[in-house]
Amino acid sequence: MSTPDSARVLLSVENLRTWFHTRDGVARAVDGVSFDVRAGETLCVVGESGSGKSVTALSLLRLIDPPGRIEPGSRIAFEGRDLMTATEEEVRRLRGNRIAMVFQEPMSALNPVFTVGDQVAEVARIHDGASRRAAWDRAVEMLSLVGIPDPAARARQYPHEMSGGMRQRVLIAMALVMNPALLIADEPTTALDVTIQAQILELLTSVQERFGTAIILITHDLGVVAEAADRVLVMYGGQVVERAAVRDLFASPQHPYTQGLLRAMPRVGQGRDRLLTIPGTVPPPTAWPSGCRFRDRCPLAFDRCEREAPELTNVVASHAARCHVAGTPLPAAAASS
Amino acid sequence: MTTPLLSVRNLAVHFPVRSGVFGRMTGAVRAVDGVSFDIFPGETLGIVGESGCGKTTMGRAILRLVEPTAGSIHFDGVDFRALKGKALRAMRRHLQIIFQDPFSSLNPRLTVGTTIKEGLLVHRIAEGAAADQRVAQLLDEVGLQASYATRYPHEFSGGQRQRIGIARALAVEPKLIVCDEPVSALDVSVQAQVINLLQDLQKRRGLAYLFIAHDLSVVEHMANRVGVMYLGRFMELTSAEALYREPLMPYTQALLSAIPVPDPERKRNRIVLAGDPPSPAHPPAGCVFHPRCHHPSRDAACAAIVPPLEEKAPHHWCACLKQPPTIVPWGEQQRAGATHEPARHLPSAAMHSAGSLPESPAR
Ligand SMILES: Nc1ncnc2c1ncn2[C@@H]1O[C@H](COP(=O)(O)OP(=O)(O)OP(=O)(O)O)[C@@H](O)[C@H]1O
Ligand SMILES: Nc1ncnc2c1ncn2[C@@H]1O[C@H](COP(=O)(O)OP(=O)(O)O)[C@@H](O)[C@H]1O
Ligand code: SF4
Ligand code: SF4
Ligand SMILES: [Mg+2]
Ligand SMILES: [Mg+2]
Repeated sequence: MSTPDSARVLLSVENLRTWFHTRDGVARAVDGVSFDVRAGETLCVVGESGSGKSVTALSLLRLIDPPGRIEPGSRIAFEGRDLMTATEEEVRRLRGNRIAMVFQEPMSALNPVFTVGDQVAEVARIHDGASRRAAWDRAVEMLSLVGIPDPAARARQYPHEMSGGMRQRVLIAMALVMNPALLIADEPTTALDVTIQAQILELLTSVQERFGTAIILITHDLGVVAEAADRVLVMYGGQVVERAAVRDLFASPQHPYTQGLLRAMPRVGQGRDRLLTIPGTVPPPTAWPSGCRFRDRCPLAFDRCEREAPELTNVVASHAARCHVAGTPLPAAAASS
Repeated sequence: MTTPLLSVRNLAVHFPVRSGVFGRMTGAVRAVDGVSFDIFPGETLGIVGESGCGKTTMGRAILRLVEPTAGSIHFDGVDFRALKGKALRAMRRHLQIIFQDPFSSLNPRLTVGTTIKEGLLVHRIAEGAAADQRVAQLLDEVGLQASYATRYPHEFSGGQRQRIGIARALAVEPKLIVCDEPVSALDVSVQAQVINLLQDLQKRRGLAYLFIAHDLSVVEHMANRVGVMYLGRFMELTSAEALYREPLMPYTQALLSAIPVPDPERKRNRIVLAGDPPSPAHPPAGCVFHPRCHHPSRDAACAAIVPPLEEKAPHHWCACLKQPPTIVPWGEQQRAGATHEPARHLPSAAMHSAGSLPESPAR
């Protein structure tokens, strides 16, 4: 699955800043995020809740409503086109066509009063101008592709008649109707059981193999990352704190946050030993700490971390971390609370 | 041999399905359908299973927060189902519950202190200044500042609210706490903090836990023994160590193989279960797992005979006709149309880092 470095860059994001100008102050939810997505690869974005993953995804589709704003100076280029200067109409045409999105909560993303077949067909009618008949056939074909048994009958059902896993398949079917170049999936399996999660991850992989779709997969589960990713962005405090190929990330995590996350996970076969934890919680986006945003939770923090914000810097080729002492292992018993 | 703290036999909870203008009962959701188990003092029994398999209903039935349809519950030797009124309330003190959702399980209009104090007052454990002092101690014990007593739930993060829920449960000095997915809504780093807290409290106070979760790695970490539920029944029940080393039930094997492992070098084969679990209103005949089973010996007998939960190895209970040994005679299986004799099946896909596990003692 791994892509050569020379692979075509599909999406390029530079210094993305999405701020919410609220009464409690400016929430810098996404604050200087840069990354590329290459054709056909899976880029996983991982981090705890509140780290800015979903706002990043929504920004890519320009789905940010006031008081949120993509700040001037942010750059998003898709297939060579500048999305920041594109008209609303141009962006709408891209959405669901070249770029599609799947959300965490499959129930709220579907319309309860239409059959799932109608909803999938609707996408084909809007974007393709397909006739009613052709759109319906296409819908049934898509439902079959995503592994819904008896798709012709299922197409006539309403969302509430389906299980969570089935609804997620319907959303993936909707996203794939136009054969997009990029699929953004925001925690598509978080609400599902492990068995159903396994089915959905397998489905995404097979779609990618068949159609060469690039996938941005947002998750908070490092297990999912290890299974699905080619490359990984670790987010914290609205920023990318580590960026690496999946193998390198797990073999030698450079940022103290990444190391902490890996150590905090209970793993099968590990027994009942005390887990190592990261103390504290993610601060609110209106009040990131000065200097390094992770410093109030970091066992390696020292005086420089308060004064000076670290930059995202390559530690080795194509493995970058945002830490003054990147690569320093966490002390064995530190970070437990 | 110690006596069990909690002893549950053939517990069932059926919810009526009503239809028509007269709301006649036309069927039943068999949410819990005949489970039996013991929990010993200071022990953690983990419960895993897919959404809707009856974990929450079972946990609530044990506390009689939902009234069981059948079965017996003995707590500390007392027939818990026979208790009424005052005696029931008095016994409840020893059985507490912590919920999954730290946002809806606390009353938003009560201060943290009032919430924690409620149990102290109801059970006349402490009053006045003594109660306030007790609240401060409890907050400290769960890793929160005593000054938080005057604040309201919305001022706290998910992990902090879960700690408040734990303090509330601890206030009445229970012997058993039903933990219904207490860490499922939390981020990994906070999840680890709460797991450690629960383990510390258990050691310090000798608590027993019924620990419900759908995350099998969390359960393995917490539990001494684990029960695997499917459609309201136990399919396998054994020590956590044996379950993860040698899962016998094909369903458990599939669950274990589905856990994503945080190691990109290990690409495992998966047992991908087809479809969803059937509805507990219409459980399949015979082995309830048979429509999704991958055991190579699965045959017509599986769709006809209900496999008993039987001890396949010492302290290792499993409900499968085809994992030997079984007390269901081969002749009986044949009369039900069996074509495949029981044969041991333990696919490698179900195994996790077998190399790093300690050598299992000879059994
Ligand atoms: N009050 C009720 N009336 C009717 N059916 C119910 C009721 N409560 C629960 N059920 C049904 O009983 C079954 C078991 O539900 P339960 O909540 O115990 O599952 P669970 O294992 O805790 O699931 P989850 O992992 O989603 O929390 C489900 O099919 C559910 O829909
Ligand atoms: N509409 C909004 N108004 C104000 N703050 C918001 C809004 N949407 C998101 N945020 C804040 O932005 C931060 C990042 O959110 P999000 O991207 O959803 O995190 P993640 O997906 O990583 O959990 C959070 O602290 C969240 O509260
Ligand atoms: S810069 Fe300092 S505080 Fe930030 S992660 Fe590195 S060591 Fe920790
Ligand atoms: S009894 Fe039959 S269907 Fe049930 S788990 Fe065993 S082999 Fe599978
Ligand atoms: Mg999100
Ligand atoms: Mg539940």
